[in-house]
Formats: sequence, structure tokens, C-alpha cells
Amino acid sequence: MGDGKLEKQLAMQMRGITKRFGPILANDHVDLDVYRGEILAVLGENGCGKTTLMNMIAGIYFPDEGHILIDGKEVVIRSPKDAFEHKIGMIHQHFKLVDLFTAAENIVLGIEEKGEYNLKKVNARVAEISQKYGFHLDPTKKIYDMSVSEKQTVEILKVLYRGADILILDEPTAVLTPQEITRLFSVLRRMRDDGKSILIITHKLNEVLEVSDRVAILRKGEHVATVNTAETSEAELTELMVGKKIDLNISRSDPVNPQPRLIVRDLNLVSPEGLQVLRDISFTANGGEILGIAGIAGSGQRELLDTIAGLQKPASGEIVFHNPKKDKPVTFFHKSLKRVRELGKAHAFHDRKGNEVSFEGMKRRQIRKWVESGDVLFKEDEVMDLRNKNPLEIRQLGIHLSFVPEDRLGMGLVASMNITDNMMLRSYRKGSAGMLNRKHPREQAEEIVRDLEISTPSLTTPVRKLSGGNVQKVLVGREIAFTPKVLMAAYPVRGLDINSSYAIYNLLNHQKEQGVAVIFVGEDLDVLLALCDRILVMNGGKVTGIVDARMATKEEIGLLMTKSERREERAANE
Amino acid sequence: MNIWLNFLIDSVAFGATFIYGSTGEILTEKAGHLNLGIPGVMCMGGAGGCLMLNMIGKSGLPPFMIVLLGMLGSVLFSVLCGLIYSFLTVSLRANQNVTGLALTTFGVGLMKVIMIKLDATVYLVGPKEYYRWPFAARQDSLQALGILFFLAIAIALIAGYVLTRTRVGLNLRAVGEAPATADAVGINVIRYKYLATCIGSGIAGMGGFYYIVDYMASQEAYLSIEALGWLSIALVIFALWRPPMTIIGSTVFGFLFSCSSFITNIPGITVTMAMKPLLRMLPYVVTILVLIITSIRNKRENQPPASLGQSYFREDR
Repeated sequence: MGDGKLEKQLAMQMRGITKRFGPILANDHVDLDVYRGEILAVLGENGCGKTTLMNMIAGIYFPDEGHILIDGKEVVIRSPKDAFEHKIGMIHQHFKLVDLFTAAENIVLGIEEKGEYNLKKVNARVAEISQKYGFHLDPTKKIYDMSVSEKQTVEILKVLYRGADILILDEPTAVLTPQEITRLFSVLRRMRDDGKSILIITHKLNEVLEVSDRVAILRKGEHVATVNTAETSEAELTELMVGKKIDLNISRSDPVNPQPRLIVRDLNLVSPEGLQVLRDISFTANGGEILGIAGIAGSGQRELLDTIAGLQKPASGEIVFHNPKKDKPVTFFHKSLKRVRELGKAHAFHDRKGNEVSFEGMKRRQIRKWVESGDVLFKEDEVMDLRNKNPLEIRQLGIHLSFVPEDRLGMGLVASMNITDNMMLRSYRKGSAGMLNRKHPREQAEEIVRDLEISTPSLTTPVRKLSGGNVQKVLVGREIAFTPKVLMAAYPVRGLDINSSYAIYNLLNHQKEQGVAVIFVGEDLDVLLALCDRILVMNGGKVTGIVDARMATKEEIGLLMTKSERREERAANE
Repeated sequence: MNIWLNFLIDSVAFGATFIYGSTGEILTEKAGHLNLGIPGVMCMGGAGGCLMLNMIGKSGLPPFMIVLLGMLGSVLFSVLCGLIYSFLTVSLRANQNVTGLALTTFGVGLMKVIMIKLDATVYLVGPKEYYRWPFAARQDSLQALGILFFLAIAIALIAGYVLTRTRVGLNLRAVGEAPATADAVGINVIRYKYLATCIGSGIAGMGGFYYIVDYMASQEAYLSIEALGWLSIALVIFALWRPPMTIIGSTVFGFLFSCSSFITNIPGITVTMAMKPLLRMLPYVVTILVLIITSIRNKRENQPPASLGQSYFREDR
């Protein structure tokens, strides 16, 4: 030793940091050292207090106990402003940008500089910095016109513009494409070589190993270990994180008697802006099978699911649903004789032996007798076109969409309502005479809390008070609780820790074994390959291939995901 | 011809009341607070100014000082209202609508109590001579415009400039659009909210003062301030949250508001008593039309501040 490594100076020390939210202990006496010129990965399960800890450095929260030392001197960080004064900048997972402002306005927001306020000068300086680090950004573009990765670029530029020495990135890669991640990492390395300290919170172990110098692991609010990245392995990190060795294999059963459940033919969708977001999509989803959908974020996965669920109307194409409903006695749902007669004209009735029955010319009394005996069976249409149905009708057919958006609370759940009430958002139409049936949803809520190990103080706690991972479990668990026939799950494990992810995978597998057609949109190729039976790969709104997950390789899928003339063009230009 | 020009000038002069009211309300709303207490604040501003004038009216001070002290009294009272409102809604995070409505009820009531006790012959000292500088000597309708009128125009223009062209304005807009974001970049959200609400109230309060002692200069003037306060809030929507737009908007509102009495002066038009309330509806109809048009156009820049009406608490999850 004795070379440059030993000269590393402490940039920041945390001593005995403790933070409580009500009865929940988020951070328990955390000690953490950060050096100059290093990338420190902060690793931990969901709800282990990583983000809370970082928020205390950034001045969003104030610790209940403990001190923070910067350059050996104790400091008090009461607000983000204090944090900026100590040259600490945080890039939040949920971007903190003002939608109505331009990139440049967002970047200078809150900076107290002497002299005149001149946006032109700011624009020039922003352009200069973004050029230096290789970002592509128009400083005069409004945030509401930007893509997710552009917004992140603004966030990073914001911190760079302030000349921060300690940068905290909260799960920066969650929303980026592989190319953008590579670019981000090279920027981070450049900043490290510049002497800056970078703290990066991430779930992806391969990224931890790729980019960081050291890894600090948090478990249940406690700092359990800090290891040098060069001396560790994925297995060791996982073990430290979850506290026990876990089986990384997902059990995958062979599909039993797969029957076509949902057939999509030549589906085209045009967005309100006039962009063609889906082009000639054709595939079949079978019951008893998990169909994976792979693709870079924004390749049309979400639009495809939305269209199937009836939330968007396709420009052309067919969506055909094969309903596996069994024969049911007529009495079951058509009490009125008039209705029965009308139905008899349009549909075939048959008796228990399978002979066709016609009410044509039959007397009232006779029809009533037959119907009440339960001997006349009504065969439902097996095949139906979903295009003309509204989302509610599609739901009632058993086609359930559980979409986990980037903003978990924005779609699907009502943040200020509790778990039971959120369950009722799906069942409030049930119950008699305008009265709500609360008992059943409560039982279901208890069930998913138990089965998915959702940690919540009580069933009556508003879901916004739960941690992100738990919110997500509620979102996915609710769809599963209503015994679907087609279950579409988009990013159900986004941002979840390993244990919760596996709970979700098991749930999907269980649904598959029950004969449900599962459509799983995922981000992690390893998971897709291990969980799914077939994988449909999308790219730019088109299907570039459907592969057998048991035979396919990661490279093969990766190639299908990125195969695009435009992308190749860009690569050639660079 | 002359009748129309006179009417226009009168509308402009009358409209200055709205300029004060809605510029004040815009500043408050830009910080994310919907202050429905503006009618009350304007009443209190008027009462405060008149109370001050009542005390100094016969003291023999120079006119310049009388005007200044009157304004000071008005601003003091209305800022006090703003402080009450911001303490309740910013610090205690009370519901903004309820607080605002309570403030209006309170302000209107207290003003009536104060105004009844005051002597109109004292607080209405020489409105023409004191307030209508430099047109005091004119015999035509231009004499309706005076120092407080020009101050209103200046305040609207300055507020517009501050909001769009300065760092303070950028920060204030950020507080109203996304307080958590503003907080994260180190802006003191609470301070901005307090200051915007109090300054906004101070400006609005001068509207009440202007209306009583300058524009109307009559003993009964205070009775109609509350209605003008509600119109000022409507004008904020009409002006699309842009203070300079209130100058145009207030003229239109002033025109429409006094339409019912003006229209009878035009030869050939007869207005029945039943029609007058209908004509008085016009400003509100126009406001609804503007709301419809901006909603159809759906431009992000013309929408109210995103966090309007929501309390901000940093550690809220």
C-alpha cells in the first residue's frame, strides 16, 4: 500500500443516526463513513431505511439522534438549503422538478447568486455543462414535454450546476435504458475521479458490482456491514442484505394443457398525438402459461396492456377472448321469463345430456318448470371480441390488469384510503340495495396482508403511509384476489426487494397452475427467462420475436430488444 | 362619443379596485394558497385606512402625509388579516377554503362595526384635492384618475415583472407549483408562503381603501366592497394568473359591472328594473366563458398553480 489509496480523506461521517416514524424505527444508530473520490453503493431491502438515511443527509428529514460530520466538523442539516451549503446534492427517485418550468429554470431554482438574473446566461451555462458530461439536453425545453431519462438528466445537472461534492442518487437506473445506464456510469466515474463522493442507492446487484468502490449494506434500519466491492460477490451481498441465504431459483412448472385464452391479431394503436405506438401486434396468450413481455421501457408494453384492458381503443386489429366459462343453469342468472325467451332466440340452450332445447312454441308454465328445475343449461359464447367492450365489462370477464406505474400511488390505489377500502375499489358494485359489502373485502385484505407479508401497523392505515414495496404488494395482491382468467401484471416487482419479488413470482406461478393466462411485463431478463414459458419481445411498438423461455438466451433477447434501424444509425454516428 | 370616453375612463378608475384585489390574490395563489378571505381583507383594508384618516383628518398634516398615513393604516389592517390567514393555513395547515371564508365573514363584520363609529366628514377629507393628483384641477372625466389609480397600475406591472423576470418570482412560482420540489432545492417554502400571503393581502386591502376614499368618496361606499372582493377573485381566473392582465381585466369588469347604470344614459335604450340584475351578472358570465375557453385550449401555462389549495408539510409521506 502506501500509494494514492491511503491518502483518501473522509468526506462525511455519520454517527449514531436514528430516525423514527411513529412506532416504526426507520434507522437505528447508523454509523457510516464516506470518503472523497469514491462511489459508495448503499444496498438494502425495501423499507430498510436507505432512502430515509439519505434524506437525512439531504436535509429532507431531521434525525432524532446522532450527528453528521463533514470534513471532520459536526454540522447540522436542518433543510435542503443547509445540505447545499455543505455541498451535498441528492437526486431523488421521484423527480423533484417543477413541470411548468424549463430545464434551465429548474436548474437555477433556489440558487441565491448575487447579480442579475439572466436566463440566457443560465441556458448557456447549462448547455456547457451538459456538453462537458455528454448529456443531450435543450435547456429551454419544458419539463412536461420531457421523457423520464431527460428529467433525470435535469436532476443530475441541477446538482452539478451547484458544484456539489457529495452526490446522492436514489435508484438512478430504475428508469433508464441500458445505453443510458452505461452513459450515467461513465459520468459517475468521471465525477469520482474529480474527487467527488458519490452515494448510489440501487437494488441491482450487478450494477453495484459494476460501478461502486465500496458497498454499505443496511438491514432493517441497521448498518450491517461495509465491504470493498472488489472483494465481494453477488451471493455475499445478497446474504448480507437479507440476512439469510436464499434460493435464487424460481420454480417453474410445465404448462398443463395450454388452451388459447387471448388472441391478438394485427393490432395497431395510434396515440392522441398521432404517433403510431403499436404496429401489427399479433400473439396468443394461453391459459396455464406465463407469457413474458420483454423490451426497453416505453416500447409499447404499457399501451398494449391498456388496449387489451379496454382503456385505449385500437385503430385496427382484433382482440379475441376465449372465455372458459362452464355451462350454467339458466336459472342462475335469468329469472325473468321474458329474458329467457329473448335469450332463447339468440343463443342455444341445451339439457344436461347435451341435447339442444328450444322454447319455441312452448307454454309459459312449461318454460318456468324447466328453468326452475335447473335442467336447462345456457352455453355462453365462448369467443368474444373485446374491442367493443368497455373496461368494466372486460374486467368482469376476468381480464385483470395490474399495472405498477413509476408513481405507485398515482394509479390504481387511493393513497389516503386503507387497504380494505382499496380492495373495495374493485368490488364496490357488489352488495345489495346500494349498501356496501365491507366484510368480504376486509377478509381479502387480511388474506393478502398475511400471504404477501405486508408490513402495516393495521388494516386501517392509509396506504400512503406504507413503504413503496408494501404499496406494490397491495396493488398486485388485489388483482390476484379476484380470481382472474387473464392476469396482466406490468412491472409487479419494480423496486421490490428479493423476498417480496419472490412472493410475487410465486403468486404468478400459482395463478398459472390454476389455469390463468398470465401476461408478465418485466424488466429483469434473468427473471423473465426463469419465470416465463414464452417471451414476447417488443421494440418500438412492434413484436420483434416470440421465443421459448426454456431455450432462449439472454443475448438473444437483448438483441431482439435493441434491434432497430434507428438505433444502429445512432450508434454509427457516435 | 364623449359619453363613451367618459364611461371608459370611469370604468378604468373603478377597475383599479379590482387591480388591487386580484393582484393581491394572484400573489397569494402563486404561493399555492387560495385566499377566499380577500373580500374580508379588502373590507379591513378600507376600515383600517378610514380609521387612520379619522384620527389624523383634522390634525392639519400636509395632504401628502394624510394620503400616506391612510395607506399605511389600510396596509397594516389588511396585512394583519393576511397574517391570521397564513398562520392558520401555513403553520397550522388548516383548510384554506374554510379559513378564507371565515376571514371574509370576520372582515366584513368588523369593518361594519368600525365604519359605523367613524365620521365620514373627517375620513373623506378632500378626495379630489388629495387623491386625484395630477388631474385634480381638470373639469372633465380625467379627474377620476389619481395617485392611487396609478399606484394600482404600477403594482400590477411590478408584480408581473417580479413573477416572470426575477429569481424571487421563479422561487415563488415554484412554491405554488411544487412545494416539495422548492423545498428540496433549499427555498424556504414557509417564508415564501407567509410573505406572498401578507404582501398579497396588503395590496388587496388598499383596494378597499381606494374604493371608499378615492373612487366613491361616499359614506355608503363600504357596503359594496365585499361584492367587489368576490369579483376580484373571479378576475384572477380571467387574468390567467398574470398581474398585468388584471389591468385589462379590471377595465372589462368595471365596464360590465357599471353597465347596468350606464346603459340607461344611452338614448334609445330603455332598461326595466327586472333587467338590471341580469346585467349585473355579466362579469361572472364572462369569467365562466374565460374558464371554458382556457379549459378547452388546455394550455399548461394557463392553469392555476398546481398545488393551489393544498397544505404543505415537509415530512408528510
